[in-house]
Amino acid sequence: MLIKPASDIRSSEITDKKLYLNRREFIRATTGTAVAAATGLLGAEAVLHAAPAPHGRKLENVQKSPLSTDEKANSWDQITTYNNYYEFGIDKDSPSMTSGRLKTQPWSVVVDGECNKKATWNLEDILKGQTLEDRIYRHRCVEAWSMVIPWVGFPLADFIKKCEPTSKAKFIEFTTLNDPKQMPGVNSRVLRWPYVEGLRLDEAMHPLTILTVGLYGEVVPNQNGAPLRLAVPWKYGFKHIKSIVKIKFTERQPLNTWQESAPQEYGFYSNVNPQVDHPRWTQATERRIGEFLRRKTLMFNGYGDQVASLYSGMDLKKNY
Amino acid sequence: MKISDRIVRRVFKPIVFLASLGPFGWLVWAALTGNLSANPLSDLTNETGVWTLRFLCITLAITPLRKLTGWNAAIRFRRMAGLFAFFYGTLHFLTYVIADRFAGLDFPDGMLAWSTARNLVASVGEDVYKRPFITVGFTAWMTLVPLALTSTAGMIRRLGGRRWNLLHRLVYLTAMLGVLHYWWLVKADVQRPLTYGVVVAILLGARILWARRRATATAPAAARNAPAH
Repeated sequence: MLIKPASDIRSSEITDKKLYLNRREFIRATTGTAVAAATGLLGAEAVLHAAPAPHGRKLENVQKSPLSTDEKANSWDQITTYNNYYEFGIDKDSPSMTSGRLKTQPWSVVVDGECNKKATWNLEDILKGQTLEDRIYRHRCVEAWSMVIPWVGFPLADFIKKCEPTSKAKFIEFTTLNDPKQMPGVNSRVLRWPYVEGLRLDEAMHPLTILTVGLYGEVVPNQNGAPLRLAVPWKYGFKHIKSIVKIKFTERQPLNTWQESAPQEYGFYSNVNPQVDHPRWTQATERRIGEFLRRKTLMFNGYGDQVASLYSGMDLKKNY
Repeated sequence: MKISDRIVRRVFKPIVFLASLGPFGWLVWAALTGNLSANPLSDLTNETGVWTLRFLCITLAITPLRKLTGWNAAIRFRRMAGLFAFFYGTLHFLTYVIADRFAGLDFPDGMLAWSTARNLVASVGEDVYKRPFITVGFTAWMTLVPLALTSTAGMIRRLGGRRWNLLHRLVYLTAMLGVLHYWWLVKADVQRPLTYGVVVAILLGARILWARRRATATAPAAARNAPAH
């Protein structure tokens, strides 16, 4: 499989040019940027002091990444109005309409389990000194639609190292916020709350796996999992857990929410695999949002060169 | 309630007809003006499917409504409701064929080629065979075809009322298959299919109840009339 790393993508190429220029102008006009510039804010701390941007708050000093795809990204509107986030309702547009009450500041993440640095981390401490990167990833939903999404984030591995997992840590388990006051969807029993997802530790340490704080160079909006979500681009979308409040290192394989809900349909690994159909629909093709003709789904969502070795010798039909 | 034939035919029927076209009109308008979601093809498929179920429920509700209210003119809207169920069901099937099957084909000889038609038929056939929820949905749509074809006054006459009635009980099966099709499609959010399931169960259950009551009411009479040996 040929995967071309993007050589040089400027954010002006990602975003509509006009919008981009407007945004620049807008930012220049705001005092926020002046303050940020004056105090020399670098890297991830900017998340917390970011200036207003066309949709939210602009992130500063975001680096490009060779791991980005050079495919045309979906628009801000497509990405932020069409997604699954059952805590905010079951329709694709529910999250964009009902996530307004989610309070993402202050935000803390409990780190627990098989690690030396069990603690409650403030988001600002997680981001301290952390360089943010543009990661333009293909995103493949288990429902057979896909997008190209310009995330902004940093390698999960960087944070894992800070937690100092012990030799017993084989897996990592994530938990989403579960607050009926902020999330109207958790009043429904459609899934068991809180939402839980997990990765094998080597998957979690893989350079493609990131914790996401931004979208299109701005702070990630609530409906897309603010303030901290996972992106594992070779896995189906439901593995990309949103609004993370807990990270636990475990010896045993975690039971992720969708597997618990329908074990014959959703496994732990949930790697994108065109050869293993969902029991009720094909995974061989997908509709890229915005296109009419369906695309052939690629093994590991096109990231096979980087991740196939994680699964050598494994029966991927059994470990779906 | 007494409403003259003329008023039903000239006023009520056109109003109901236009109202029934409403969802179709809205979908066309929304699709053309970009007022659907980021995945408009999926919206068209879902919406036409849900409207099929709604019209099936309306069709099945007319007889119970008539019995409960004594409003006999309701029967004059049953055929229209049934045909609209077929209309939305056919749109639903066509969006599936085009957006799901056609859009997923390879086009080795270009889009406008015999091979495209062949591959499309094969692709639909394979999907209907392989995926239970598609099998069920396709069967549900198929059961509506003979009902739509025999919906004219001429066909009722030709078949005779009894046989026509018997044939048109197929719609009970259509509704049950429709709910099952919806149920098997969703991931975990069974709330909506469940709602339609309950509505269909009540509408069909009422018929069973009435049929039983009729049977017990006529049983003594039948015994009396039985020839003595």
